[in-house]
Amino acid sequence: MLSNLSARLCSFVLSLFLIAFALPAFAGPFEDAVAKFANDDYSDTEEAIGTVASSGNKLAFPIISALQDGRLMADPDSKKVYVTGTDGKSIDAATGEAVASVPDSASAVRLNNRLRRSVDAALGSLTLQSPDLGARLQAAQSVFKSREETALEPVESALAKETNKSVKTALGEARAAILLFKSDATEVQKLEAVATIKARGDQDALALLSDIGTDQPASVTKAAASAIGSIQSSLAVWSTVQNAWYGLSLGSVLLLAAIGLAITFGVMGVINMAHGEMVMIGAYTTFVVQEVIRTRYPALFDYSLLIAVPLAFLVAGAIGMLIERSIIRFLYGRPLETLLATWGLSLVLQQAVRTMFGPTNREVGNPSWMSGAFELGQITITYNRLWILCFTLAVFAILLAMLRYSAIGLEMRAVTQNRRMAASMGIATSRVDALTFGLGSGIAGIAGVALSQIDNVSPNLGQSYIIDSFMVVVFGGVGNLWGTLVGAFTLGIANKFLEPVAGAVLGKIAILVLIILFIQKRPRGLFALKGRAVEA
Amino acid sequence: MTPHMLTRSLDRGAAIFLAVVAACGILIPLSNLLLPAGSFLQVPTYLVALWGKYVCYAILALAIDLIWGYCGILSLGHGAFFALGGYAMGMYLMRQIGTRGVYGNPILPDFMVFLNYSKLPWTWYGFDMFWFAALMVLLVPGLLAFCFGWLAFRSRVTGVYLSIITQAMTYALLLAFFRNDFGFGGNNGLTDFKDILGFNVQAEGTRAALFALSCLALIASFLICRTVVSSKLGKVLIAIRDAESRSRFLGYRVESYKLFVFTLSACMAGVAGALYVPQVGIINPSEFAPGNSIEAVIWVAVGGRGTLVGAALGAIVVNYAKTFFTSGVLAPYWLFMLGALFILVTLLLPKGIVGTFNAWRDQSKEKRSALTTVSAAAEDGVTEPKMAE
Amino acid sequence: MNVMDTRATSAMLYLDGVHVSFDGFHAINNLSLALEPGEMRAIIGPNGAGKTTMMDIITGKTKPDEGTVLFDGVTDLTRLDETRIAELGIGRKFQKPTVFESQTVQDNLLLALNVDHSVKGTLFWRGSKAESERIDKVLETIRLTDARNRLAGSLSHGQKQWLEIGMLLAQDPKLLLVDEPVAGMTDVETHLTAELLKEINKTHTIMVVEHDMTFVRELGVKVTCLHEGTVLAEGTIDQVSSNERVIEVYLGR
Repeated sequence: MLSNLSARLCSFVLSLFLIAFALPAFAGPFEDAVAKFANDDYSDTEEAIGTVASSGNKLAFPIISALQDGRLMADPDSKKVYVTGTDGKSIDAATGEAVASVPDSASAVRLNNRLRRSVDAALGSLTLQSPDLGARLQAAQSVFKSREETALEPVESALAKETNKSVKTALGEARAAILLFKSDATEVQKLEAVATIKARGDQDALALLSDIGTDQPASVTKAAASAIGSIQSSLAVWSTVQNAWYGLSLGSVLLLAAIGLAITFGVMGVINMAHGEMVMIGAYTTFVVQEVIRTRYPALFDYSLLIAVPLAFLVAGAIGMLIERSIIRFLYGRPLETLLATWGLSLVLQQAVRTMFGPTNREVGNPSWMSGAFELGQITITYNRLWILCFTLAVFAILLAMLRYSAIGLEMRAVTQNRRMAASMGIATSRVDALTFGLGSGIAGIAGVALSQIDNVSPNLGQSYIIDSFMVVVFGGVGNLWGTLVGAFTLGIANKFLEPVAGAVLGKIAILVLIILFIQKRPRGLFALKGRAVEA
Repeated sequence: MTPHMLTRSLDRGAAIFLAVVAACGILIPLSNLLLPAGSFLQVPTYLVALWGKYVCYAILALAIDLIWGYCGILSLGHGAFFALGGYAMGMYLMRQIGTRGVYGNPILPDFMVFLNYSKLPWTWYGFDMFWFAALMVLLVPGLLAFCFGWLAFRSRVTGVYLSIITQAMTYALLLAFFRNDFGFGGNNGLTDFKDILGFNVQAEGTRAALFALSCLALIASFLICRTVVSSKLGKVLIAIRDAESRSRFLGYRVESYKLFVFTLSACMAGVAGALYVPQVGIINPSEFAPGNSIEAVIWVAVGGRGTLVGAALGAIVVNYAKTFFTSGVLAPYWLFMLGALFILVTLLLPKGIVGTFNAWRDQSKEKRSALTTVSAAAEDGVTEPKMAE
Repeated sequence: MNVMDTRATSAMLYLDGVHVSFDGFHAINNLSLALEPGEMRAIIGPNGAGKTTMMDIITGKTKPDEGTVLFDGVTDLTRLDETRIAELGIGRKFQKPTVFESQTVQDNLLLALNVDHSVKGTLFWRGSKAESERIDKVLETIRLTDARNRLAGSLSHGQKQWLEIGMLLAQDPKLLLVDEPVAGMTDVETHLTAELLKEINKTHTIMVVEHDMTFVRELGVKVTCLHEGTVLAEGTIDQVSSNERVIEVYLGR
């Protein structure tokens, strides 16, 4: 969320630069005020902030925000002031012209706490009427938090002009926050303010109302107390919703990682300890695709994942088939040996990737449509998590449909149910074995593409998923895809609801212990197959 | 009952193995202590400690072989019992440090002072006494194995399911021991040991004694395993391994048998861990890593599961190879080699080195005796044992 | 615990109204059957008639959804597990011969002997003369004396079947459940097996499941034909094999 905010600010700053370049600079009080920044004197700086902020000059915002970030450089010798952009390029603060480099003698304009408050207030009022919607919203929010009395006037004038509904609400809340703490506001005003803040209903509102102190009129204190109560209960509901969402999100990740395993382990009965490495290979495929796109066709970056998904499926699937043909087929009926051999394989694959790509994390970017977040009531939903959930369900549905309706799906089911019968009916069982294993591995590869968006892409990526994936499949019941689905979401949600109570690590331990106990109770999982066939 | 050939030949292998271990246990410490440093025959102290480590691994391998090779239980969490034994010993060693720690607290180990503990957690009570710690070395892994096994075997969790939940068990312990507030030193584990039973752990004499003790423990573990597997109980274990449900229909309470060997095996692993810690000088949560447990399984597979000598040899051979390769220019390739070892052994050498050797020798013996019986007389009475195909 | 106060039936084995279903498939459907002490009963029926499932129920491998299964008139078998049922004196030979392949023939019999089967008992076991005599006797009965030191896995199919019967003898149960004892045997072996079972029947109650009608005829005992998990016909081999329904579903015309 933070990176999202700064990204927005950057784009805003950039757009302001563009406007600034288009306008001719004019000499006058603005230039003089800017030069005062170079005096390295707090009172001069304060004066400069006031003049610049009220100048109406398009450079005002970049200057003040640079000042806030310590990017405003002043040369005490030449009295020249420069703004260093977040992109490393610099401009002359007085004229807006680009400069090649800031002289070495220049240093950042210093601030003290009092000045910081003026900077914040100046920025707030500067941006309250900015043409950028996001900037206005941010500004209103920052006023709400700072509840700086001096901002009341700009807020009210902005409120009068504002047409956007959400910004209007935010400005109203900002005004309410100021009024609530303003000693000379009327009781009616304050009661209205409490109602407005109550309507906002989030943690910040709660913090604000808890802060009002004792010097308020009794009616206000009372209204605030009841508002706090109602916000708290609604927040409790929202936190449950939030946990449920986190749980769904974790569940979708678990499902994605486990789906391939549900095929290789659940359908074929092959214990593939190198399953996690198939996920890792999918993630590295994404990395390679993005790397090629970055260097050759940068415009295609937003499509990188669309390209990576089929590629990862093919790469991981092909490796999977190779593994099946060269190792696993010799070990059918010896599950414990398969386990050991595939563990060895996972070591080899990890080390191979480590040798090729290095042991450290590789950078895999989010395409624009997967970055960012939106608010749903009191919870924030990030696009990448949402996409992964949708993607997982889509993969699950496609797989289910494929197993049920396609010819190869029919053959796979036939072979798993009765190998000899299937063989005598003319199904090439060894081909089906290879394809089934390839399918499971390919899906693991696809999972890798999705997981590269939320996890570190390193040679150890797969290892962190293998135990969880097995838990999901075993918990859900082997040989049952629906069981895997229910298992993944149950574990995901249980984990996220335990986390706030027990802490992340203890929550995970508790889940592991619960699964161990559960397997004792139902050794064949939630949705177990019954009958004579099980023992075979 | 006539002891048949397989048992007899194994007995000879066992005798040689025990003699070699005993000789090492006596000669290596003597050479280290008595011969002048730098002399050709003198074993340097660092090698004594290194070999001591291998011997501890060999005990762990025996423990795994007892349940996997003879009872078909593939535990991927035996590293946990090893580490718990190690922690029990480590806790004793920590409490022996006393006021010599950085903070000089007579009761609290350094990490507790650092983490602002006001008093000793109850889990640490009694560990200042060696006998108590030694008891815990057996009791803690044994009790965990007993509870875990009681739940698992009674509900008939078998095969890969059991393997996976044992892995989950050690993983859960790994996470727990990594936590600072779990009270066992968190990430850093227990280290900076000073002395054991009043002897400096760094001293050459102590190291030599620990090595001799490890060899003694290996011999004892071997004899215990040998007694178990050559008793009728050993036959029942093999029966359970090969046809579990058949054994039930014969009236054997399979879960009790499994529970017995699993607990016994965990205690042995605990002892191995306890001997390991003073020799390497540290115990930390990474010992619980699931990878360690699986690696220990491959030692047994390499040496030959179902053969006790093989398990012990496998541990020593693989770990020697690990030391050899990870210290040289081949270090980046060690994981390739280890991975390939897993694959090749399961594919090409399922009986392991010793198992394959035994099969080969029995076969050639059978051929030879077949030749002689054909020429001599047909009514010899006893048919030679054939290897299962 | 599982023992009733009074003997409910004179039968050695008594099944009444037993139902089992697997995922909606009714494997056993209202099955009722009684076996008197000392009786030998042959069970026939087409594949999927529920013969093996019935044995699974009797030996505790499968729990019935409803119904009564009484052993010796007093013990409710549905509440006991395989080990306990074996201890009570019910022995079972499987359809597919199941012997301990990596152990010798004589060790197989030693494992089957009905002596102390506890962990402690086996750990501190010392062979006795009586035990080895019993093993020798069984070996003689099943004609495997010469093969006593061979690994069970190296035996021929027919020898494995006999070894398994021998293990039943060593176990010396009150009731023997024998599932397809002559599958894969030559005619001579089949005949010898029938003789062996008749011999064993002198001292034991036996239930035999078999497809081989010649063999069943040779046993000359009461026959029960199962179909779709329920009793279709019961009586002498002639009565059963002339039953219209039996001919229709099983024997064919």
